[in-house]
Amino acid sequence: MMQTDGNGRSLARVRGVTLNEFPSDLYVPPEALRVFLDSFEGPLDLLLYLIRKHDFDILEISVSAVTDQYLQYIQLMDRLDVHLAGEYLAMAATLTAIKSRMLLPLMPSDEEEEEDPRAAIVRRLREFDRIKRLAEQLDEIPRMEREYFPAAADGNLPRDERPLPEVEFHQLMSAFSDVLLRASYREHHEMTAEVLSVSERMADILAQVASSKHFVPFVALFCLEEGRRGVVVTFLAITQLLQNGRVNVVQNGSYAPIYVTAAQTGRQR
Amino acid sequence: MTEAQLADAVEAMLLGSGEPVTMDRLRRAVMDADAEESESEDLLKRIRQAIEDLKQASDRRPFELRETAVGFRYVTRAEFAPFISSLKGQQPPSYSRATLETLAVIAWKQPVTRGEIEQIRGVRLNSSILRALADRDWIRVTGHRETPGRPALYATTRSFLDYFGLKSLDELPSADDLVTDAVQEGLLEKRVSTRGEEAVAESV
Repeated sequence: MMQTDGNGRSLARVRGVTLNEFPSDLYVPPEALRVFLDSFEGPLDLLLYLIRKHDFDILEISVSAVTDQYLQYIQLMDRLDVHLAGEYLAMAATLTAIKSRMLLPLMPSDEEEEEDPRAAIVRRLREFDRIKRLAEQLDEIPRMEREYFPAAADGNLPRDERPLPEVEFHQLMSAFSDVLLRASYREHHEMTAEVLSVSERMADILAQVASSKHFVPFVALFCLEEGRRGVVVTFLAITQLLQNGRVNVVQNGSYAPIYVTAAQTGRQR
Repeated sequence: MTEAQLADAVEAMLLGSGEPVTMDRLRRAVMDADAEESESEDLLKRIRQAIEDLKQASDRRPFELRETAVGFRYVTRAEFAPFISSLKGQQPPSYSRATLETLAVIAWKQPVTRGEIEQIRGVRLNSSILRALADRDWIRVTGHRETPGRPALYATTRSFLDYFGLKSLDELPSADDLVTDAVQEGLLEKRVSTRGEEAVAESV
């Protein structure tokens, strides 16, 4: 049955008809189907694929046709016991709802207020399509560790290894009580008790310390305007960071100001 | 200092620092090291010229001088990346579609909440993706949206720009069809009126 034309393009001749492509409805084994589904980043991605596959413009989609296609996939998955995430089923419901609304004739009075039921899904598809393409572009930008590597006379210069003075915990407590005292002068400014999160504060402090080339004074990390609660949260955040080894505290001598600095580990570039 | 000496000093600083250096740090270092150099606009201009000269001088070298959001740094040229990768014995890191799409949403829409990322991508966002991006220091929480639950707002960092060799967010590729969007939006509006007819056509 196999027969090739001069250019080697045809696949086969079936009942006198030349086939140039594999039929698209070939049986797909469940394993392959699972792999197929895994290659999609959710229902919008699958929908976009179906639209592209049938050469529809996103704006021109016949919701009816796409919905039927989509539901066929879903039913196939269901029959083959392929586990489907809830998002795929939710999209099936949305599409079915749109299709049913499209079938209903419009009441003349509704015409101005009611939006085209397809508009929302089309907008989401276009938004997703855009992000998908931007992600691809982002991936193509020449970047460190792939196109570029830092060049240096000696990239692994030993860091300053002088041991930094230890800070006793009671000194930290004493510095903290100073801050508390100063915060108490402002207590009456506090209007509402805002919910403060230690972990968020940890991130802020880390960013502040990491972005600074020099040591950050311990007291500079506190915002007195936040009152007692604020400084307590900041203090907890600093001690937590200390415990996690993300920051170090140093002091050049007794009663000297305490400084906070980012831990050196893992930041050697 | 002569211009040639200044260019050598800048090159030495960039090669010896082991990290990107900003124009301002270069200027301060020159002033601190050489008492004859005073703080002036002129010095800044001369350093800028030195950098231009260094860029040209490295034309014939396997490395180049690049500027990103965190400063100037020498990097090896892209064509030699395969050699360095094989020398290190490791493939360059690649990132999953989910990671790249999440990063793209944050980069182009920032600041955004997790919910908005999920809305745009149409799938639940695995927490490990956000954590991995934060661990790489590419994104950070910059605040909270004043809506119920006060969801965290994510934005990209300077390290992100540096990794992708960008000086600022303006250098990201533009969302190219933004212009035609307005036109298409118009088309969509118009089609509302023809909806009844299509419904008939589809049901046939």
